[in-house]
Amino acid sequence: MMHKHKPEILVTGAGGALAQQVIQELKRDYHIVQVDFRRRVPRDEGMSSYRVEYNKRGFEDIFRKHKIEGVIHLGRMGLYESTHRNRYNHNVLGTQRLLDLAHKYGVSKVVVLSTFFVYGASPYNPALLTEEAPLKASELTMDLVDSVELENLANIYLWKYPELNITILRPSNIAGPGVLNSMSLLLSSKYAPVLMGFSPMMQFIHVDDMGHAIALAFRRNKPGVYNVTTDDWISYQEAAQLCGCKRLPIPSVPEWLPKKISERFDWKGWPPYLLNYYKYPVIIDGSLFNKTFHFKPKRTLDDIFSYYREKKEMGIL
Amino acid sequence: MSVRSFLKEHFVSAEANAAIDRIPKPVGAFGYDPWGYNSDAAKLALQALKPFYEKYFRVEAFGLENVPKEGRVLVIANHSGQLPIDGMLIGYAMATNPHGPRSLRVMIERFFPTVPFIGNILNELGGVVGDPENCAKMLRADEAIIVFPEGVRGAGKTWDKRYKLQRFGLGFMHLAITENTPILPVGVVGCEETMPTPFHLKTLARMFGMPYFPVTTPVPLPAKVRLYFGEPMRFEGPITSEDDVALKVEQVKNVINGLIARGLQEREGWFK
Repeated sequence: MMHKHKPEILVTGAGGALAQQVIQELKRDYHIVQVDFRRRVPRDEGMSSYRVEYNKRGFEDIFRKHKIEGVIHLGRMGLYESTHRNRYNHNVLGTQRLLDLAHKYGVSKVVVLSTFFVYGASPYNPALLTEEAPLKASELTMDLVDSVELENLANIYLWKYPELNITILRPSNIAGPGVLNSMSLLLSSKYAPVLMGFSPMMQFIHVDDMGHAIALAFRRNKPGVYNVTTDDWISYQEAAQLCGCKRLPIPSVPEWLPKKISERFDWKGWPPYLLNYYKYPVIIDGSLFNKTFHFKPKRTLDDIFSYYREKKEMGIL
Repeated sequence: MSVRSFLKEHFVSAEANAAIDRIPKPVGAFGYDPWGYNSDAAKLALQALKPFYEKYFRVEAFGLENVPKEGRVLVIANHSGQLPIDGMLIGYAMATNPHGPRSLRVMIERFFPTVPFIGNILNELGGVVGDPENCAKMLRADEAIIVFPEGVRGAGKTWDKRYKLQRFGLGFMHLAITENTPILPVGVVGCEETMPTPFHLKTLARMFGMPYFPVTTPVPLPAKVRLYFGEPMRFEGPITSEDDVALKVEQVKNVINGLIARGLQEREGWFK
């Protein structure tokens, strides 16, 4: 069997659209061990697949059974899933266990997916935030603590265990076919809530491009922290309209009112703890990643928006 | 159709369209840059400002050939007139400069982004939160940025202090040196007379959390405005001390004082 000669790599969150994109890019050169805590992901020939929680003892069996040489950690309990305490246990403590096991079993390459949310949305943010900018998301709400803590944890391991060769990626809004994050849910909906008088600049990256960026970061192995995004920008309200959403104006003052409205209607795509991101911009500078990995996104913003618009016109979304 | 698209289609002249399109300003596929500037919004603003620039304030601009056609530049001007009319008129003059149009970025007060509608509109017209990091990044992107080093001390001057330059902040000189950026001095004459202010009401200013509350005319008067663009000035580092920076700032202040003196000498009255 050819696959037995290939290096084995573990991909968490394997059921997601982004992970599948990464797997498609890497499966020719690596034996992929798919891991997902939600379900057992169907596997292609030459792959392995497990449904397991990173916090459970059984997770270590995967490292015992396979000679894992690299880890691509994409598995995350989404912002709209479960309570922030559960998300903390899964995302932060689960990641710690994964990194401990990676260290214990001699893994030599780790890619961790973070998010631009960690910078926090603030009226005083300069544009084009570089990787050195402070991570202020946890100042905003307890609900984003797990995102910042996961980053901090990966950073600690990056310096403490250089042999793990950890690469941390902070993408802008990932969107496109199959993506189920809160932004994608919002762009898929008929109505997009907008805060009256606010339409911050936003960045998006197509799931195909992000998959390619992760595969590149894994193959080229240049540890560090990198923002990943496209060199194009658009205001939130314009983006929503281009995706075929009807804008639903929500009063922006007093400050507590939009939060109450969001809570009342339980909008998954526009949750109360993310409202600041629909009010103030978080524009990141992806030039370091582009330069280091010779990365150039292939999909335009229009490709992303037309996907949502066309699916809505066809009645699929 | 969005309000902006409707206004652009029905309100913006071919001339204003062409003027903004001539500006060598990189924007994304939807006309935005990372700071929120939008070329369609700039076209609308240019169209809206035209009658004020040409008819109401009858602006005359001198020395426009001194404006660098490309590359980073810090435009340093005197501030006056209670409202930022001077900034808008300098921006219009530079955007329609026959020697090479430029779009001008303005540093705005930190509270503006928190104000619904206003923050967004200012961003789309080129306004950016007055943060040194933002300023440095824009200069690295070869933008033209206007700074009024007097800040509110200049804008809120009372009538007895007209055309007397107030204390200049030193931040712009640090930026000019560290970012290797030429300084374009500008003297503005006429804006002092747009809203003559005998005194401020300090209690009301405190009550509303405003830097000053002027007792002035309800609308700006149609005083004639003259803009004098001086020759670009270059300053080199390294910075040895703040005193050294202050001396360099004095040089800029002296040039602006000279440009103002020229304007006051050349004008024949408030409205001529």
